[in-house]
Amino acid sequence: MQHAPYWLVVVLLMVGFYTMIASANLVKRLIGLGVFQVAVFFLYILLAKVRGGTAPILEEGIALYSNPLPHVLILTAIVVSVATTALGLALVVRIYHAYGSMDEDELVQHDNEVESALAARDARVLQAPRKAESS
Amino acid sequence: MEFGWGAHLPILQVIVVLLAAPLAFLTRRVRAAWLIAFIASAIALWIASRLLIQVQQDGVIVYQLGGWAAPMGIGYHIDLLNAFMLVLVSAISTIALPYSLRSIENELSAHSQPLFYVYWLLCVAGLLGILATGDAFNVFVFLEISALSTYALIALGSDRGGDRRALHASLRYLLLGSIGATFIVIGIGLLYMMTGTLNMMDLAARLPAVEDTRTVHAAFAFLVIGTGLKAAMFPLHTWLPDAYTHAPSATSVLLAGTSTKVAIYVMLRFLISVFGFEFSFIGIHVELWLLPLAVLAILYGSLCAVYQMDAKRLLAYSSVAQVGYIFLAISIGSAAGIAAGLIHMFNHALMKAVLFMAIGAVVYRAGGSRLFHIAGFGRAMPWTFGALLLGGMSLVGVPFTVGFISKWYLVTSSLDTYGLALVVFVLASSLLAALYVWRLVDVAWFRPVMHERELQEAPLSMLLPMWVLVLANVYFAFDSDLTVGIAQRTAAVLLGGAP
Amino acid sequence: MQHDLILRIAAKLLIPMIMLYALYVQFHGDYGPGGGFQAGVIFAVSIFLYALVFGLPAAMRVFSPTLVQALAAAGVLLYAGVGVVSMISGGNFLDYGALNPGDRALGEHIGVLLIELGVGITVAAVMIMLFYLFASPIDADDSGGH
Repeated sequence: MQHAPYWLVVVLLMVGFYTMIASANLVKRLIGLGVFQVAVFFLYILLAKVRGGTAPILEEGIALYSNPLPHVLILTAIVVSVATTALGLALVVRIYHAYGSMDEDELVQHDNEVESALAARDARVLQAPRKAESS
Repeated sequence: MEFGWGAHLPILQVIVVLLAAPLAFLTRRVRAAWLIAFIASAIALWIASRLLIQVQQDGVIVYQLGGWAAPMGIGYHIDLLNAFMLVLVSAISTIALPYSLRSIENELSAHSQPLFYVYWLLCVAGLLGILATGDAFNVFVFLEISALSTYALIALGSDRGGDRRALHASLRYLLLGSIGATFIVIGIGLLYMMTGTLNMMDLAARLPAVEDTRTVHAAFAFLVIGTGLKAAMFPLHTWLPDAYTHAPSATSVLLAGTSTKVAIYVMLRFLISVFGFEFSFIGIHVELWLLPLAVLAILYGSLCAVYQMDAKRLLAYSSVAQVGYIFLAISIGSAAGIAAGLIHMFNHALMKAVLFMAIGAVVYRAGGSRLFHIAGFGRAMPWTFGALLLGGMSLVGVPFTVGFISKWYLVTSSLDTYGLALVVFVLASSLLAALYVWRLVDVAWFRPVMHERELQEAPLSMLLPMWVLVLANVYFAFDSDLTVGIAQRTAAVLLGGAP
Repeated sequence: MQHDLILRIAAKLLIPMIMLYALYVQFHGDYGPGGGFQAGVIFAVSIFLYALVFGLPAAMRVFSPTLVQALAAAGVLLYAGVGVVSMISGGNFLDYGALNPGDRALGEHIGVLLIELGVGITVAAVMIMLFYLFASPIDADDSGGH
């Protein structure tokens, strides 16, 4: 039973990861990323817990306290995660503006259409006869 | 209270560039932001070379942030390996910045141009931070600083009528890159769980006592996959071609020269310095995984490159293959092999930067990097395509270029382990490289011009940095002591003095 | 929501309280739970509330995007500046004790106060910047994004 919290971490990790892979909607992918990262925050907070310890605040008469270091690390990781999410959402807004869609499959389709049109133009270069050396 | 800058070089290495970013942001003017970026980058290069000299003379330099001793505080830890990498990253940034000025003026709107240099500075500061720090969690923080600014640098490719696919590429990189970074944090967390420290040297000292636990093995797997994703190790390379293709040309130069190399550095640091050579190579046999992936990367990357219609995408796939060479060298698992990997990291940065610069110059004049744009431009831009040709020859591994040095050390170091089969393989893959380089040469010189653009050589401010790097490509082939010597000593030190 | 009297009055009452609370969290951070990150976000929230109730243009008149960007950069500079000053006064980077060699404890106190202030300013400014970014119509184009 003492590993139960770690199972929570694993489940959250997988839920987030699966969402990122399986969902075509870009916003849902970012939500998946959020869940994925929160699972890691849990992992760190869990390993900071000392059984019977209190909050790590300097006061008289407190000997046993939780390890404050993982909390600090995770504060940093949360900031990083906020920045990542913000940038990701900003990109999704732009993508929606540029493509009119935020469905990964549709974006890929749009990209492929552009690519094949350009590739046809490039193919003409390769079919063109080589110039004479002297020209 | 005497004050000597010399003692603070490890932190100044990062801080100068990091501080330049908000300063450049405050100016809001392109030229001012560029000047700040260039000065900061040049200072960083100077510091890095000072550090390299200092490390060679006096050995490892340790610097404690805030005066806190190692297990509690963050320590910066400079040895030969990261001093060497610091020089590489700051040199590429310093050389690429003069090149960017015109290229960026052409590709981005006036509003975005100052921001470009802010992101550039943040990205370089992040990369330098990853290299300089001796604290595992600090690696993650700097990794994310550089990654976030990289996403922004790529997304700027959609600016001013640019390609909207830059946004898509940036978001895909963001999603994959964040998975990679999160894997690295999980790995670091598991290590902290087992050892109670984040300092790499302390980790290395305490890990042997607990290395047979499943937690440590899981941490190892998370770290290798996380850094592998960042390094574009096949099959985790899928973000790379799109990102390099659609980013502004100057961004591609910086990324191709530095970012994957730094990720490989992180992996090497964990494999060898933290887990230790015995654990990674003799215990877990990580080379049994690296070797097939490297071989596949080389084959797949080179084959894809042969069929590309876009020069930048072609070079990006070639990068996937070249990362494969570096991993191939590392997988040999001897000091000579790791030295070969380091040599190729340095040399590949030189040649890929030249190639991306040349293509960037074509974008500047012709408005794109596809075969359509390149066709027939060889005679109009002799210097640009001369650089492309020499960079390409270096990529193939023609003698008298650094590419040859890389392949030479790769082959000689692997003969004992893998035998002749590998020599044949390296030769065959060089042939593929020759094929895709030839395609660019063929199109540029021997096909007719397809569009109505003015045929003119690129501006001097772009040609000069390009040719500085071309000359470096040739110079380091003759005076190889700097790269080869340092790489061999680094590898020897990493493996505890074993030859 | 410009015409909703109750919301406007409530917001006017709440905003100063939120700002004051942010300052409390900011400066109480040395000794108790709190600090720059939290304070910065709380302060930014007061601006969000203002923008939600009185409209984005009104908020942008109080905190212009230019000012916000300048503040974001200034916070980082303050943070790193403290580090550099402590370096010049003989300690290592961010060794606050060296700020006041006579009484290291006082130096530590000054140092952490300034550092947290830098963090608070930057976090508040970045949060407001993000809010402006997402609240503005896309054609107004980018102000950086993060």
